[in-house]
Amino acid sequence: MTTLTADGASPLAGVRRFLRHLLYVMTDNPMTAFAFMLFLLIVGAALVGPWLVPYDPLATNAGSTLQPPSWQHWFGTDQLGRDVFSRVVVATRLDLMIAVSAVAIAFVIGSTLGAIAGFYGGWAERITGRCMDTIMAFPLFVLAMGIVAAAGNTVENIIYATAIINLPFYARMARTEVAVRRNAGFVQAARLSGNADWRILAFQIFPNSLPPMMVQISLNMGWAILNAAGLSFIGLGVIPPTPEWGIMVAEGANYIISGHWWLALFPGLALMLAVFTFNLLGDGLRDLVDPQRRT
Amino acid sequence: MNRREFLKGTSVLTAGAACLPFLKVMPAQAGGNETLVVVMGSTINSLDIHRSGTNRPSYQVAVNCYDRLLTFGTKTLEDGSLSYDYDNLQGELAESWEVSEDGRTLTFTLREATFWDGRPVTAQDVKWSFDRAVTLGGFPTTQMAAGSTTSPEQFEAVDERTFRITLPHASKLTLPNLTTPIAIVINSELALEHATDDDPWATEYLHRNPAGSGAFQVERWEPGQQLVYRRNPDWASGELPGAERIILREVPSASTRRALLERGNIQLSQDVPPRDAMELDAHPDVAVVSTPIENCLHVLCPNLRFEPFQDVRVRQAIAWAVPYEAIMQNAAYGRGVPMWGGDNSTADDIQWPQPFPYHTNLDRARALMAESDYPDGFEVPLSFDLGQADWAESTALLIQESLGQIGITVTLDRIPGANWRTRALVDKQLPLHLENFGGWLNTPCYYFFWAYIEGNLFNSSNYHSDEIARLVDETLFMEMDDPDYAPKIRRMIEIAFEDVPRIPLYQPTLNVAMQPNIDGYTFWYHRQLDQRVLHSR
Amino acid sequence: MTHLARSRLVGWRLLQAIPVIVGIIIVSFLLTRALPGDPAAYFAGPAADAASIEQIRVSMGLDRPLPVQFVAYVQDLVRGDLGISISTGQPVMHELTTRLPASLELTGVALLFSIAIAMPLGILAATRPNSWVDHLCRAVVTAGVSLPTFFTGLALIYVFYYLLGWSPSPMGRLDFLHLSPPKVTGFYVIDALLARDLETARAALAQLLLPAITLGLFTLAPIARMTRAAMLQILEGEFIRTARAAGLPRRQVLFTYALRNAILPVITTLGMVFSFALGANVLVEKVFSWPGIGSYAVEALVVSDYAAVQGFVLTMALLFVTLNLIIDVIYTLVDPRLGLEE
Repeated sequence: MTTLTADGASPLAGVRRFLRHLLYVMTDNPMTAFAFMLFLLIVGAALVGPWLVPYDPLATNAGSTLQPPSWQHWFGTDQLGRDVFSRVVVATRLDLMIAVSAVAIAFVIGSTLGAIAGFYGGWAERITGRCMDTIMAFPLFVLAMGIVAAAGNTVENIIYATAIINLPFYARMARTEVAVRRNAGFVQAARLSGNADWRILAFQIFPNSLPPMMVQISLNMGWAILNAAGLSFIGLGVIPPTPEWGIMVAEGANYIISGHWWLALFPGLALMLAVFTFNLLGDGLRDLVDPQRRT
Repeated sequence: MNRREFLKGTSVLTAGAACLPFLKVMPAQAGGNETLVVVMGSTINSLDIHRSGTNRPSYQVAVNCYDRLLTFGTKTLEDGSLSYDYDNLQGELAESWEVSEDGRTLTFTLREATFWDGRPVTAQDVKWSFDRAVTLGGFPTTQMAAGSTTSPEQFEAVDERTFRITLPHASKLTLPNLTTPIAIVINSELALEHATDDDPWATEYLHRNPAGSGAFQVERWEPGQQLVYRRNPDWASGELPGAERIILREVPSASTRRALLERGNIQLSQDVPPRDAMELDAHPDVAVVSTPIENCLHVLCPNLRFEPFQDVRVRQAIAWAVPYEAIMQNAAYGRGVPMWGGDNSTADDIQWPQPFPYHTNLDRARALMAESDYPDGFEVPLSFDLGQADWAESTALLIQESLGQIGITVTLDRIPGANWRTRALVDKQLPLHLENFGGWLNTPCYYFFWAYIEGNLFNSSNYHSDEIARLVDETLFMEMDDPDYAPKIRRMIEIAFEDVPRIPLYQPTLNVAMQPNIDGYTFWYHRQLDQRVLHSR
Repeated sequence: MTHLARSRLVGWRLLQAIPVIVGIIIVSFLLTRALPGDPAAYFAGPAADAASIEQIRVSMGLDRPLPVQFVAYVQDLVRGDLGISISTGQPVMHELTTRLPASLELTGVALLFSIAIAMPLGILAATRPNSWVDHLCRAVVTAGVSLPTFFTGLALIYVFYYLLGWSPSPMGRLDFLHLSPPKVTGFYVIDALLARDLETARAALAQLLLPAITLGLFTLAPIARMTRAAMLQILEGEFIRTARAAGLPRRQVLFTYALRNAILPVITTLGMVFSFALGANVLVEKVFSWPGIGSYAVEALVVSDYAAVQGFVLTMALLFVTLNLIIDVIYTLVDPRLGLEE
């Protein structure tokens, strides 16, 4: 199995090759190109959104509640007269932040644990393995609910809970990826040239297991957003009036039957679009890093 | 139970029945044999109201399956809907009752009634049931104490059909307290057959098996799903219910409850959120009854344990800053009685609740803040119960915005329903919060006793006033027609106006939505659905 | 593979599950004790004062130190006593046994629905990789997993029940006109069929439809994705090329050789998907008033119902361990490589 870093003699050539491959994947798969554009749009909204929106996302207006979409309010107004469009756009940053932090924490801790387990085997492997099995034995959403309920519903706790339920994916993946390379030729070579274990693990083996993890990260990002939304629906999510997609859908869901569909639909679409983007991007990344497709 | 019988009883009334060919061919049944389907959002977790852990929605089993000694008559409200009548005490199991000259001995004569198993109801059953309520502890004991009945020695079965209560002092609350769902009469012999040494009051048995003499028996109970009532044809304590069978379904989602009603699949929906009530009211095929809940207020409580709120000017500033009108429109959806904008700072009568002399006036609020010890404002979390989110969340958001304009930075703190009691009412540690206490017994002194006396459960503001404490002490048991009563109550209300440890937002309503052909719905202070009076036209 | 080896494998798997179960017991105990609610206050009722709450705390044993409570808990567990749920007032064991079939029935039907849609989509996509069909399949299943289930559920109710009236009222497993069939398996549809009560079976199935679709849409993606990937890999394999070169009909190659091999990783995914679906169940059950264990767990969590939460988590864990075991066994049965050795 060839990998990103192991195959290029010159790093520059490697980068160039990677870019060429990126371009190939993009043109070859319109869905990935589409997802990549959506991704840029979402990141853009997260970065500059708060300065672009027409209304203060928190300002209530008792005079114009539950207005359907119009030129003044593109996505209508909610039960307190707040502009749904502004809230949807401003929410991007928080949702992205939750997802990115949760996945980052899960990735760092999970892959470290997994890499150590995979490299040393034995008790380290058994203990982390059993711990991860224990986490996996819970229905994951329920575990997240339990953690947030126990620790209190703050943004940090939502992030921690989401990180914990994502841990096993990275730990298992890192363990497998590291274990298969533990005795690979280049590792033996590094060992013979007197490198310490941790150096080999950190600089030789681990970078090689990154590509498949990137795919996992992208898929988990979408999942993390959904998870936060689900928590909000139960009442364990972000605290209002902070705009957040999940809580907006959850609140708006109560207004569907009464015909105020725009309350749930637009944040729902934004939520779906974001999750959709990350999922497609994950698939695209898989193509990107899949050596079989690179020839 | 036989399945076929069940289906036979199920009426053709329900729209869904039309889809079932074998039900269509059944003869149209005369009125009074119908099945009603009622939905509610919460779960009934016990059939025994005395048991510890029994939740509020379960109280309706006590209302519908058991009899009390006394009940209230019915009156028609201004909007044409029916309500219980606090001024019209009537016998339920009691045929008649006598109050001694000093008001300390109450003697009841029981009517001839039988329990479901055919055994006659005796004074011994009443004594056993009341003994149970005052002995088991927790809520039943507390509620019995409100009527000055605290110990089994106060109850005496004089003979088969004569029952006597002895009081340490006369109290106007004792008789009304006997109408509460707590003061039910249980079939003591049947219960005792299932009592054990560990469980002398048969809590385990009665938890699952009601043993009463009431209008309805429980035909089946599937916790978390449904409860089916079947009429007791031998009920002696009132007019026979109009419905032969009532299916009470638990549907957690308010949207779904609403859709079921709009599509005509059910006859009545309990606990309708205010917004749905407003919108369903406009629906041609749904009738909504919103009754202002007596002796109940939705209030904003500044906690005096939080330093800035010890300054009465800060509390008054908040009372001037609350956006009452916006809350009424966007949180209560017009379902409520305004409790702001009173004309003057003195109370003209003893009506309770009555509008407080505040309205939204930010200039006045800012001026008071400037005078206070906190001219630059402060930060405070505003807490509310997630279980009450349908009104509290919007209310909290509106208050947050308004207080921000007088320099008070508010953060919202949503507390899950399970923690609410402990944090707000028991620990009393929440600096600023939304509260919704309503007194079962409809007298102002009863409200003040629970909500303005230091240490009492619903005084979550930790408010204390020597004068109110003295006035409550003097008025709690006093007859309301006593000439001393009204001036003392007026004084109490004035202090509440001035000190505002509880800032009333509005008086909430109890909203029930039903098919237009359903008659008889009656509001009760306990806010439970009295299924006995429901029938379809 | 010999019989002995296989039972040893099963035994080894069982043994591996033990530390996991111990871990689960500890985690669920600690988690529930960390819940912020106070069951004693809940038990004491609406007008209780501090003294009566304390009294109940003592009678519930909640005043004792945590390790003592843990030992008492484990002792009860060994006796098969899961305690009494405070939110419904029933023994937790009883609750779980009546509610578990509801959840399993829903999840099972949802998975069947999902498999029925996702596998053909996956195969279709794999046979035409990178065509517009492939991209469309991918977009469809990804859209499914991107929608929050509570949103899908409510939207489906709105359209199919409220607007069109095609679907029965979303009131749980059966509407009020039907009685639950005599209990054999706990699955209403099967029980009703066993009792030869077609009417009730039809009604139960009708109630199942919307929630199952809601849940099923959510699980399309992993199944379709795995089917596609596995099929792609197999189709590129030597033996398929050989088979094709040998002139075997396309259909036969696809379904006899390719699918049989591709189904293995799909089955492994199903285990994951099941876990995923049971978690998502929580939200779906809430929307459809479904009396399953997911909605029970949410309620229990909200009121800090220790016994119920612990019972729920334990049941789930056992369920998963069993499920994984079954998958392992199926794996050994289906895997042609293992089969050849026999």
